[in-house]
Amino acid sequence: MLTISETRDAVVNRRQSAVELTRAALARLDAVNPTLGIALDVPREHALARAADIDARVRRGEPVGPLAGVPVAVKDNICTRDARTTCASRMLSEFRAPYDATVVERLRAADAVIIAKTNLDEFAMGSSTENSAVGPTRNPWALDRVPGGSSGGSAAAVAAGVVPLALGSDTGGSIRQPAAMCGVCGLKPTYGRVSRYGLVAFASSLDQVGPLARDPIELALALNVIAGHDPRDSTSVDRPVEDFASAARAPLNHLRIGVPGEFFGEGLADDVRLAVLGAIDDLRAQGAELVEVSLPHAPCCVACYYVVCMAEASSNLARYDGVHYGRRAADARDYVEVYTRSREEGFGAEVKRRIMLGTYVLSSGYYDAYYLRALKVRTLIRRDYQAAFDACDLIVGPTTPTAAFRLGDKTADPLQMYLADIYTVSANLAGIPAVSIPCGFTPDGLPIGLQLQGPHFSEARLLAAASAYQQRTDWHRRQPNV
Amino acid sequence: MSQPINEATVRHIARLARVALRDDEIACFTAQMGGILEYVQQLSALDVSDVEPTAHPLPITDVLRDDLPHEPLGTDAALANAPRAEAGHFALPKVLEQQDA
Repeated sequence: MLTISETRDAVVNRRQSAVELTRAALARLDAVNPTLGIALDVPREHALARAADIDARVRRGEPVGPLAGVPVAVKDNICTRDARTTCASRMLSEFRAPYDATVVERLRAADAVIIAKTNLDEFAMGSSTENSAVGPTRNPWALDRVPGGSSGGSAAAVAAGVVPLALGSDTGGSIRQPAAMCGVCGLKPTYGRVSRYGLVAFASSLDQVGPLARDPIELALALNVIAGHDPRDSTSVDRPVEDFASAARAPLNHLRIGVPGEFFGEGLADDVRLAVLGAIDDLRAQGAELVEVSLPHAPCCVACYYVVCMAEASSNLARYDGVHYGRRAADARDYVEVYTRSREEGFGAEVKRRIMLGTYVLSSGYYDAYYLRALKVRTLIRRDYQAAFDACDLIVGPTTPTAAFRLGDKTADPLQMYLADIYTVSANLAGIPAVSIPCGFTPDGLPIGLQLQGPHFSEARLLAAASAYQQRTDWHRRQPNV
Repeated sequence: MSQPINEATVRHIARLARVALRDDEIACFTAQMGGILEYVQQLSALDVSDVEPTAHPLPITDVLRDDLPHEPLGTDAALANAPRAEAGHFALPKVLEQQDA
């Protein structure tokens, strides 16, 4: 499969047309989708029409965008006018957004071609894509394994060679964790770096849109397009966008990489530990200075994260009331039943659980003990990172405690599922950027992810370090047999 | 901070959250929510007495955009996904009918 740069080059130099490339991506999707469960909606005609328009402009010698002809898959909690936006929920099974998300507008303006809306845990709540109301996505490396989640469809689409680029959203690891489990690269940008306008809100102080691709340069090319201030998102940061791709290609001098002991404690599988320690050795061999750092509150981050995200989720999902859009229970007798019955029918178990827990921790008598306390612990976690980044430029560790687990392994015990996020949630609480890149395989042939985290707005350095690592390794070149 | 969550509390929360739950769901959620709340109680072991809460990761406050006219969504687009619409409005069951019942 062509990379982003190769695709654009082929289209601009008329070696291959955007229509041919779009047809090829759709054919690949059709071949693997019945097995993998990647796509929820496939806007074929729109995709082919946009590709034809790009080809026409190339023939006329007109300029085309930086992602010209690149087939892209977009997580189905990102609003698109050309396809349904369902969040893999019965609540929104027929929802067609009246506007495009800002990231979608920017992809289009860059002449990317959106070919699919991808499967996810309902409303992005989950770590395995098993909470989808439509059915699970399967891991391209092992069909009895989960792809991770919640952006499981996006990660599987890149891993299976359907598209070179996909968009996901990351509230507690939902880009990085499936990237690690599917053997691809995934970036959660700094909070506020990418507009959330048109991203269906789950936990507004944690959610961030980001790219999944095969290598960090490709992530950088995508970030160049989607990053930047958006007046329609009041939490979007008004700060110039660097050329991340050039920065990611530049050599790094004297990189200090922090290794927090807390990321290597109990619960980390031996095969993951071995691969990550091997990667850290590689980074040192490439000239990085390793620094021991400490994130003393890391063991509390899952507890802190789930209180915060459930509180925000219960508030955000109050909008699904069966009145303005989405599902309405057919035989509700009064307006209270419109709410309660529509929500009963529309939401799956995990979404209900989080709404319930969020309502509880925000309710009178429990607010201080749970929610306010979690916000204070969030400050401690943020301070841990500030102190660590005084001593180092980046922090390294595993993305996930284990490689991809089996379907059904954790569905009966929500708490076990939450602990799959132990190394990823702290970046969301602190609002810092983090990337996951492939760094090895288990003896069973399952991919393992290395996570790099950096201070706010350090994406350029993060991607440069990740790219330098990938230039000396070939884990990211391996492809699943699917 | 340590109090068990029982079925009555779960029913109360379901009412507040406007979610109808079956009896078997109430029982299942009571056990699962109890386990999760017990896990998050580890936060009570930390000393946070002089710590300011973080509601948001970046110091952004009072963001205003330029107040310029722009094309609104329009009634048709706004109602396009409505479960029921009548005469340019979202339609709901009558509020007064329930008093007669």
